[in-house]
Amino acid sequence: MSANKRKYTQSLDLVQGKVEMAHGAGGKAMAQLIEQLFIRAFDNPALNVQSDQAMLALPDTAGLASGKIVMATDSHVISPLFFPGGDIGSLSVHGTVNDVVMSGAKALYLSVGFILEEGFPLADLKRIVDSMAFAAREAGVAIVTGDTKVVEKGNGDGVFINTTGIGVLPEGLELSTDQVRVGDKVLVSGSLGDHGVAIMSLRENLTFETTIESDSQSLDQLVARMIDRIPDIRCMRDPTRGGLAATLNEIAGQADVGIQLQEEAIPVKPQVRAACEFLGLDPLYVANEGKLIVICPKQRADELLALMHDHPQGADAAIIGEVFEDPNHFVQLKTSFGGMRMVDWISGEQLPRIC
Amino acid sequence: MKYVDEYRDGRLAGHIAEKIRLEARPEQQYAFMEFCGGHTHAIFRYGIPDLLPDNVKMIHGPGCPVCVLPVPRIDAAIELAVVHKVILCSYGDMMRVPGSDRRSLLKAKADGADIRMVYSCADALGIAQDNPEREVVFFAIGFETTTPPTALVIRQARQQGVKNFSVFCNHVLTPSAISTILESPEVRDMGIVPLKGFIGPAHVSTVIGSQPYEYFAEEYQKPVVIAGFEPLDVLQAILMLIRQVNEGRAEVENEFVRAVTKDGNMKAKSLVADIFELRPEFEWRGLGLVPYSGLRIKKEYGFYDAENRFSLIASTGRDHKACECPSILRGVKTPKDCKLFGKGCTPENPVGSCMVSSEGACAAYYSYGRHQQALNNQKG
Repeated sequence: MSANKRKYTQSLDLVQGKVEMAHGAGGKAMAQLIEQLFIRAFDNPALNVQSDQAMLALPDTAGLASGKIVMATDSHVISPLFFPGGDIGSLSVHGTVNDVVMSGAKALYLSVGFILEEGFPLADLKRIVDSMAFAAREAGVAIVTGDTKVVEKGNGDGVFINTTGIGVLPEGLELSTDQVRVGDKVLVSGSLGDHGVAIMSLRENLTFETTIESDSQSLDQLVARMIDRIPDIRCMRDPTRGGLAATLNEIAGQADVGIQLQEEAIPVKPQVRAACEFLGLDPLYVANEGKLIVICPKQRADELLALMHDHPQGADAAIIGEVFEDPNHFVQLKTSFGGMRMVDWISGEQLPRIC
Repeated sequence: MKYVDEYRDGRLAGHIAEKIRLEARPEQQYAFMEFCGGHTHAIFRYGIPDLLPDNVKMIHGPGCPVCVLPVPRIDAAIELAVVHKVILCSYGDMMRVPGSDRRSLLKAKADGADIRMVYSCADALGIAQDNPEREVVFFAIGFETTTPPTALVIRQARQQGVKNFSVFCNHVLTPSAISTILESPEVRDMGIVPLKGFIGPAHVSTVIGSQPYEYFAEEYQKPVVIAGFEPLDVLQAILMLIRQVNEGRAEVENEFVRAVTKDGNMKAKSLVADIFELRPEFEWRGLGLVPYSGLRIKKEYGFYDAENRFSLIASTGRDHKACECPSILRGVKTPKDCKLFGKGCTPENPVGSCMVSSEGACAAYYSYGRHQQALNNQKG
């Protein structure tokens, strides 16, 4: 935590301040809220790692002294509830399963908490629940416990869903940003920005026609294959809110390194690029819900890439950059134009409620 | 992507950069101002400074509509939303611009004011039609590019008899800002800003044409090259400016021929002239009061003027004392000359307006160019 002390220019104003939309946008404001409020209050070693999931040692009495369980939670407030390529139900399974499996763990169980708004059509709720059930079956997880609350009309927006996932980590496997070394390669499992653009195309005042579908999917099978064959993978993350930029800045900070990317190598679908172009967005900052970033030793990168290419969830995978020594923890991009630039954290919100 | 990738081709960029290196004379210092924030953004986003020799420098001009709006106008917009309880519709860029006491539209929104981000003035009119019981105000900002759409919507509002819609007009004019920079003592007498020429606006020029710049080229003997917002446009314009300087010419040249004509868009110009008139003077952040540089809604359409409809308190808010935005907007200082840069002032917590919009020099420099500063520190 001490290294993070000077990261923010102003400390969080816990007396006069108000929750702003930026506090949920995946950028620095959100990181600051987490560090200066939540982590200080809940302080414990598993949480302080600040990963997408917590790795928990089991007490000896459980008879599994060497094993670790992995736990992750995610709340979903996406608007609209139904979108091309998915809905809030499937997303609430995919999001949490992905957070669990990025540690290398196998996801086993989910809990679900529904916050429903009075007046919400049960037919829509059934669609959402059926979609969750299907997504859970596909990912091989069981939804084993739940909770339902209803708020008065006007106090919610249809449905909010929280899911918590539990998985187990294969013995001996330890993926973490601590493992990242200078010279390592950075890979992405497929094209960036699909989810964010699919959601934006449906937004009020912004409706545009596109064939882009959200990439929302559970990455459990791809991950299982990757860690089975290349267990010396350093770390994995799913670039959701704040996109690739936020995820890599997070990794660079935690691993005490810099990262350099090649713009030409980063896969972005032409439709996504076009939409970003006219909306004034940068695909590197747009959310994904079915992609992963993986960092691996240089000498294993080609093998890992070939392995990912052989799986449908990694068909468009690419090596996009490399880890460098940099005390500033900068993520930099060699533009296809020939210059260098920084890829900073997103500031403020790009678009609220995309997950 | 067709018609876009052609203008971002790294191979062609290499060729032009090579010509710039060959033609820029080592004994000569070339300092050019890109007026527009769109150019500033392109320069940083594509890493253009890396492609230029050390004696070719870009000075970032005031052409970012968000950056030049002074504190009292932001205060007035916040007042409309908070005190007069209107639905205030604003372009997203304006949301974080600090007014007095670091208040912003975003903070006012978190406090409960009904402030909505829109992509166009037409969306604001739509919100007015959907909420007939509420007053809806569009916070109009921008140069000649965003003015015609505002004019069109005011005309539509009248045609459709929409009574609960008005516009808080802050539209400003490019040529008067360029004049002010060229007339400033820093450029004219003191030589603090060794300006050798301008990259002329892209989108603004599609509306006003290339003709208005002829005066600057002639009167002040400064070459102007109008350029598009793509990185190859910018690089090509820099080469054209270097050639003019080398040949002792001061002309208006048009690199952006695919969109800009001599006379511009006559239809848009007449639409604007129909709805708006010149204010005798308008305050700019950085430039102060500039004569005949802003537009207001004509009396005939005064019903749609939010400044008529609501009585607004004249705010006396000023910029933060240590903020160098005013000097940065005039090209006298660079972001790294500011004590607040990256310390008290970041995109998350901006003190000055240049740190807010992605077109602002400080934000572009902070988000895209900070690695160069770190590199220089290491070297130095």
